[in-house]
Amino acid sequence: MLSRAVLFTIFFVCLSCTSAVAQIKIGIAEALSGNAAQYGVAIRKGFDLAAGEIASSGGINGQKLEFVIEDEQGKKEEAINVFKKLIFQDKVLMLFGPTLSNSAQSSDPVAQAAKVVVFGTSNTADGITSIGNYVFRNSVTEADILPVTLKVAAQKTGFKKVAVLYGNDDIFTRSSYDNFKKALQDLQILVTTTETFAKGDVDFKPQLTKIKGTNPDAIVVSALVAEGAPIMVQARQLGIALPFVGGNGMNSPRVFELARDHSNNLWVGSPWSLESPVPENQRFVAAYQKSYGALPDQFAAQAYDAMYIAAQAMRKLKVAGKLEADRKALRDALPAVQWNGATGPFSFRQARGRDGKPAGYDAVQTPIVMVTQRNQYVIQK
Amino acid sequence: MLAQQIINGLSLGGVYALFALGFTLIFGVLSIINLAHGAIFMIGAYAALHAVLVFHFALLPAIFVAIVITGVAGWILDKFIFAPLRARRAPHLAPMIATIGVAICLTSLAEGYFGSENLRFPPDILPSSTLSLAGVQVNWLDLKIILLVLLLMGFMLWVIRDSRTGRALRSVAESPKAAALLGANVEGLFLATSVIASILGGVAGVLIALYTNAVFPNMGQPMLHKGIAVVIIGGMGDVRGALIGGFFLGFAEVLTIAYIGSSMRDAVAFGLLFSVLLVRPAGLFGHAPQRRV
Repeated sequence: MLSRAVLFTIFFVCLSCTSAVAQIKIGIAEALSGNAAQYGVAIRKGFDLAAGEIASSGGINGQKLEFVIEDEQGKKEEAINVFKKLIFQDKVLMLFGPTLSNSAQSSDPVAQAAKVVVFGTSNTADGITSIGNYVFRNSVTEADILPVTLKVAAQKTGFKKVAVLYGNDDIFTRSSYDNFKKALQDLQILVTTTETFAKGDVDFKPQLTKIKGTNPDAIVVSALVAEGAPIMVQARQLGIALPFVGGNGMNSPRVFELARDHSNNLWVGSPWSLESPVPENQRFVAAYQKSYGALPDQFAAQAYDAMYIAAQAMRKLKVAGKLEADRKALRDALPAVQWNGATGPFSFRQARGRDGKPAGYDAVQTPIVMVTQRNQYVIQK
Repeated sequence: MLAQQIINGLSLGGVYALFALGFTLIFGVLSIINLAHGAIFMIGAYAALHAVLVFHFALLPAIFVAIVITGVAGWILDKFIFAPLRARRAPHLAPMIATIGVAICLTSLAEGYFGSENLRFPPDILPSSTLSLAGVQVNWLDLKIILLVLLLMGFMLWVIRDSRTGRALRSVAESPKAAALLGANVEGLFLATSVIASILGGVAGVLIALYTNAVFPNMGQPMLHKGIAVVIIGGMGDVRGALIGGFFLGFAEVLTIAYIGSSMRDAVAFGLLFSVLLVRPAGLFGHAPQRRV
């Protein structure tokens, strides 16, 4: 009896999934465990929040969004595996992810070859969108943000010479260093010394001691918050009271938890700020807090906006049910999308490939420069 | 600046030595390269952190909690992993591979339970006062770590050299079979070693988490790499070697950063390690082929 009931249920479930409400399958490949999980988990929350809102306002032209979520662990190899699974086995319409630029360099070519849109919300390193015309991102690159950050910080604090400290075994912090280096040259700011550290380092006092000896006016740090926060604490312990200028990795409220009493005077630029007064952002922050009981960060905000940007494009196309045609139609619809979300006005700009030909799409957005004061970001400008 | 860098070298070396102590002990007695030592180290840090954040313990009772938890972990490690493999006369690599599995399990558990984000002890748990002497900043915690390493090292040396247990340990390290014939409780000593080494790892975890303001599931991994290097320089299984090796690596790194450049740090530090091994293949205190505790 029981087995017959089960068979019937399976029969009807199958019936309903082939006929009734068509669903739009979206693959999400983010680092939900491992070192980068603090970003991946926030990103996933941003997607979930936006998808929930889209569903409660009628879905995409009456169709439901369905997420297939995979953990790429912040590793290149895993990102490639997960991309293949989502593209060929789950047959998703498009992909979000991966979390780290490092992984995107390896996994995005898989999506490009299969002609599936891959949409990064947190890949800020150079060259990601040069992979091909199916690669999109709404994460503003550091090449756009860092010069603005440095310029505003230099104006307000008056620094003329800086020391640089960066992680040299990570594509994200290294590319951020390259952008800092170029911006420092352009702004004619002197560099007293350039020091490096490696992922997983916990003691930065030797580098900081050396930096102190070169008498800079400020310290430029290209690090993720896991290393950046201890760097600030240890600098203050060594009696270094200089301003810090950080890249995107340092732009997280976690700085305040990890560096607590030593978090003042850190300058960062960001496409998004918790304090940004635009109504779309206030709405996002309130909804996020209601759902998760914590404040969002930039990674959640960008994922939230990305979901809406993709949804705009999906609304324009009729999902025909022919996977290849749908995937291509989505790609063709995406570049024209303009959106006003938590991160402010947004549009795409076509990037160039390594051969100089048009390739994928980068974000166009104006950064906000902020400085930390008493465990808060204060917007400057 | 040199004086400050010497202090930096001492405290960094102390951190490495502290980690390497338990690691080398297990190798010396059980002849196992315990790749779960980094995970035990992490468990110690999380146990103390949990006691402080959730149960509002002061630091010393929290360290005691870490000792109990990592002690139990060491007991489980020997009882359920090392002992069965010993009983079946598994080849040398088997326990090492098993410890990789233990490390992955523990790291994943910590990630699932505590989350993957960096956590830290509340800033007011330790007086963060720094001594300032002629421009040199010395943190009280740096001093405590250096002192504790020397104390623990002295105690371990005394135990191994002069106590009855130590003599038994050394005989077991020499030849478990012969020691058993002479009436030593070999299984008990193995178990005790695993427990003590894990406790040392756990205490190191708490102190280093305090020192670096960072507790995270993978915190043992980079430490483990450095720890292996330290133990190899010092001589596998030698307690004095762990101390000297720790300070050797600490100073090599700090001085490379100060005088050559931080991007050359690991290249120079590990280059030095390689040259030490060319001159003394068994490490500074190692005596191939016989083993010492």
